[in-house]
Amino acid sequence: MAGRATLPRWVDIGLIPLINLSLALFVSGIVVLIIGGNPIRAVGLLITGAFGDGQMVPHGEAIGFTLYYTTNYVFTGLAVAVAFHCGLFNIGGEGQAYIGGLGVGLVCLYLDFLPFVLIVPAAIIGAAVFGGAWAFIPAYLQAKRGSHIVITTIMFNFIAAALMVYLMVNLLIRPGQQSPESRAFAEHAVLPAFHEILGAIGIEVARSPVNLSLVWAIVACVFVWLFIWRTRWGYAVRTVGQNTRAAVYGGISPANTIIMAMLIGGAMAGFLGLNAVMGEHHRLLLNFQLGYGFGGIAVALMGRNHPLGVFLAALLFGILTQGGGELAFEMPQITREMVVVIQGLVILFAGALENMFRPRIAAYFLARSERTQAAT
Amino acid sequence: MIRALFVTAVAAAVSLPAAFAQEISPAVVFDMGGKFDRSFNEGIYNGIERFREQTGIEYDEFEVTNETQREQALRRMARAGHDIIIAVGFAQAPAVEAVAAEFPDVNFTLIDSVVDLPNVQSVIFKEQEGSFLVGIMAAMASETGSVGFVGGMDIPLIRAFACGYEQGVHWVDPEMEVIQNMTGTTPAAWSDPTRGGELARSQFDRGADVVFAAAGASGLGSLQAAADDGYLSIGVDSNQNHLHPGSVLTSMLKRVDLAAYNAFMDSLEGTWQPGVINLGVAEEGVGVAIDENNWALLTPEMINAVNSATIAIINGEIEVVDYRADNSCPE
Repeated sequence: MAGRATLPRWVDIGLIPLINLSLALFVSGIVVLIIGGNPIRAVGLLITGAFGDGQMVPHGEAIGFTLYYTTNYVFTGLAVAVAFHCGLFNIGGEGQAYIGGLGVGLVCLYLDFLPFVLIVPAAIIGAAVFGGAWAFIPAYLQAKRGSHIVITTIMFNFIAAALMVYLMVNLLIRPGQQSPESRAFAEHAVLPAFHEILGAIGIEVARSPVNLSLVWAIVACVFVWLFIWRTRWGYAVRTVGQNTRAAVYGGISPANTIIMAMLIGGAMAGFLGLNAVMGEHHRLLLNFQLGYGFGGIAVALMGRNHPLGVFLAALLFGILTQGGGELAFEMPQITREMVVVIQGLVILFAGALENMFRPRIAAYFLARSERTQAAT
Repeated sequence: MIRALFVTAVAAAVSLPAAFAQEISPAVVFDMGGKFDRSFNEGIYNGIERFREQTGIEYDEFEVTNETQREQALRRMARAGHDIIIAVGFAQAPAVEAVAAEFPDVNFTLIDSVVDLPNVQSVIFKEQEGSFLVGIMAAMASETGSVGFVGGMDIPLIRAFACGYEQGVHWVDPEMEVIQNMTGTTPAAWSDPTRGGELARSQFDRGADVVFAAAGASGLGSLQAAADDGYLSIGVDSNQNHLHPGSVLTSMLKRVDLAAYNAFMDSLEGTWQPGVINLGVAEEGVGVAIDENNWALLTPEMINAVNSATIAIINGEIEVVDYRADNSCPE
């Protein structure tokens, strides 16, 4: 821990993740080699898949998809990161995002008499309120009853899934159709995609699902940074996270702080609904959140719970998701399970094994800074 | 010029059999279960593999892993110059609707849902009719007066299976009890054999002695549980009689393999037509599986009842209610 304090920031959120990532890609390459593929070609396809090759996949489309996935990971990554600062392991991003999407969907379905400029804030509030509410119950149980948040949040993921299926299959389904989906939202009750916005001002871009939610994701990153490091509430969150007894001694109520941190985390996860439901699918459906909630844990771990780090890690996961999909298209021996293996290796090296190199790198930088101090 | 001729000659020699006037470039987009789900997607896979073996024409494929990829995958396939694309599963309907409109020259065959566009063929099945027939067999095989149903993810499609089954059971004996359980509410419900087995066991404990599992790979656990505990089970989608001979009473067949095979074959022969194809008992799109593995379990009365019900369904004397028509099942 002493080493961590003295590490330069760029090493902490830049160099160490980069080393871990390279190692993960190296091991992935070996796996690709074992199953008979060419790892260099695989990495090439992964990258052209994520950024486009200008022929089969236009650049605009590939980058758009990458950024769409990135947006999802930013929201769930922030949901985990905020809770982490309070010493809580929020596994419930999946359920909070699901219910947050429900909030967005209900606003878009039933408040669509509002004009666009009002329905967007209404949907944002809907996402935050529903996502936050879903996080509130586990938070309350943790704060007041001591029920472990890991257990309760993961259980709430299943409750969210059951609730959504009930609502979609019985109440919100458009009658006379197979698929449990609501009717499509009104034209003004959706977030415009970037290719539509750019098309309107005369710039032609290939269509992709990336939409205005990306802007909101950046706003959310700034908000979380301000909240954690520039407000008394954020200070309380960090204090409770690092030492609950000291927080009590300092007059901070851990129970209230835990609930506050989880409410904000749940709201962040809920914003995924803006991107997926209001921005991409334009209707309420099942499983739009699938995998992003858990992906968010890796994103937060990799991003060192710093909003900037979360954004960069989310970008990486966006690249892996989109590039991985294209990889499965182009190389038949790389199945979708293989793509999950590669993503898993990244998570393993970036998350679980992140302390493998840290002591050595820390020792190196410590020695160097001592040298420079001695010289001056 | 000579080279071009040579290429043509080689192409003609390679494309076996050479009777077909023109090559086609087929593709398939599987849904989230993946092509080896031992059930729905695998049925498609078997159908198009048969096509590949017979014609030597290769196809492109993609397995979708998230909601957003469906549209992306279909667009990608259309752009790659494929002329017939099979979209597997009702969940791809909105994606097909969007992409088919963008590529009017590409033909799409959508399995399990309907999209009304001039270049889309929608193949749907009357699952309720096949389930009705296996319901008859379950009711006649039951000695306890109680039968079970294990469904997959709780969606209208699976409720249609359950509803048809219940109607078939009650056609034999209106007093008979049908115990229903679903394996879950997330897509994981399709791939949880442990849970499928547990639900079947709990139904046996409650008095059922025949269980119909319509739950993808989870249903395999129900079949296993029935075989282990000495009860009867009913398989789904493909013929699962061979899994536990002597315990699997029959299987409710849903011939998605035929639908997929026909989509490619008709395209090759130039007879592919857009529109809705609704496959029921009459079209042999759904039915019961009878083979040497379950022969010993069947009685002549059972076979007679199924045959007469089949005829009655075909000529309209029995109308099996589809749950999806108004999202409700008659009591």
